[in-house]
Amino acid sequence: MTWDWTYTGEILPDLLNGLRVTIVATVLGYLLALVLGLVWTLLRRSPITLVSQTTRWVVEFIRSTPLLVQLFFIFYVFPSFGLTLGPLTAGIIGLGLHYSAYTSEVYRAGIADVPRGQWEATVALNLPKSRVWLDVILPQAVRKVVPTLGNYLIAMFKDSPLLLAINVAEMLGAAYHIGAETLKFLEPITVVGLLFVVVSVVSSILVRRLERRYATY
Amino acid sequence: MPPTDTTPEDSSPEVPVSKGKPKGEAKSSAVPLKKGESTAPGIVFEKVVKRFGSNVVLRELDFTVAPGERVTLIGPSGSGKTTILRLLMTLERLNSGVIRVGDRPLSHMDKGGKLVPANEKHLHEMRKQVGMVFQQFNLFPNMNVLRNLTEGPVHVLGKSKDEAAEKARELLDLVGLGDKENAHPTQLSGGQQQRVAIARAMEPRVLLLDEVTSALDPELVVGVQDLLRDIARESDLTILCVTHEMHFAKDISDRVLMFDQGQIVEEGPPEQIFGEPSEQRTRDFLQAVLAS
Repeated sequence: MTWDWTYTGEILPDLLNGLRVTIVATVLGYLLALVLGLVWTLLRRSPITLVSQTTRWVVEFIRSTPLLVQLFFIFYVFPSFGLTLGPLTAGIIGLGLHYSAYTSEVYRAGIADVPRGQWEATVALNLPKSRVWLDVILPQAVRKVVPTLGNYLIAMFKDSPLLLAINVAEMLGAAYHIGAETLKFLEPITVVGLLFVVVSVVSSILVRRLERRYATY
Repeated sequence: MPPTDTTPEDSSPEVPVSKGKPKGEAKSSAVPLKKGESTAPGIVFEKVVKRFGSNVVLRELDFTVAPGERVTLIGPSGSGKTTILRLLMTLERLNSGVIRVGDRPLSHMDKGGKLVPANEKHLHEMRKQVGMVFQQFNLFPNMNVLRNLTEGPVHVLGKSKDEAAEKARELLDLVGLGDKENAHPTQLSGGQQQRVAIARAMEPRVLLLDEVTSALDPELVVGVQDLLRDIARESDLTILCVTHEMHFAKDISDRVLMFDQGQIVEEGPPEQIFGEPSEQRTRDFLQAVLAS
């Protein structure tokens, strides 16, 4: 088996197109995970036990079931409830929902890490609840967990090939289809692996830079 | 009950406050504050009990602080001094009894002639009268100095940003940090941070000082104490101070309360408490502090 450079050149545009879909799914899914995770965290702190306990179990359920099952559920089962989603939309929601269970834990740890004196100062200054969270607690909590949140972005990126299972035209799916048509898998799959490495390494460097930037005020 | 000869009769705003304090060597205040009769609220504790689990920290505590009076609480660790300040800041809930600030109960509301635990709205109203400076400063590290000072006035008192910033700059000048408004707390020394914290707590009319110099390096203590001496001399705030620095307590107080095991052992003007304490427990405590 020899490496065919001409063939590699021909399939590269399709693979890069797949990479674009992968990145779109990851970034949008990640934003969803960031927002939804925060919602879970705040609901879990609700003084109403029914709300906090229900949220706790929902998050636990999401975390304990495989992403692939969740993707199948959203894409194949939701239509029976009258909610039909396109593959990419279903994929973004699946990734976002699944990872929100993890980001929720990260926020929780970040909030727990804000010193008690900060909470007491907000009482002493008589700040309204909204300002306590938006101006004091969350900015400090999020800053502490930037590295962990960043690592989940990379983990999510590496989980994105699972979207292939619900027909999202992401990078690995593109490579698989090319291989199936030409019966030559070496180049497309290798290039996909390399592209994953490149994007992951670049992301890691960016995350580390972010980490350093947020290490001090 | 401790002797009541030096206890003010009540919390009426008419009680004048005399301040025959020795003049400190501190720089003079940049902003002249009101002198004379205080408009600040007084404080009343009526049979206040506070327990932490089975540990009774305050036992049916009664005492009164007149408007504009400066009272220092001294006593061994665990005697309940800091708990008193934390109750006044509503950081703790009392188990029984009533605390009044001005003429209103702090953590209770009047409902059909009966006092019931206050709701958040009442607490919010009452907290506007009380400011606290903590041992560990507790400045918000994610905000610059100016924003630390304007956050409360803008979001609690509804002041415009410009108005709040103008007042904040005056206060920063007062504490000698007029040039630091854009600095972040982590860029300041402990003493400077505590000055900012003092400026931040000066909007309300009751000022609580909780061992404000104990977390500072020794060389920074004097500056902060001088600032507080200035404030005590020039302003008409009601001040409650917990400290282990007896010289400082002597300088700023109108009255000193000696606590032990959640009760007042002895009280009186600083000259009496530090000069001729009548209780053995006070003498033992002062001796132990001076020896350390």
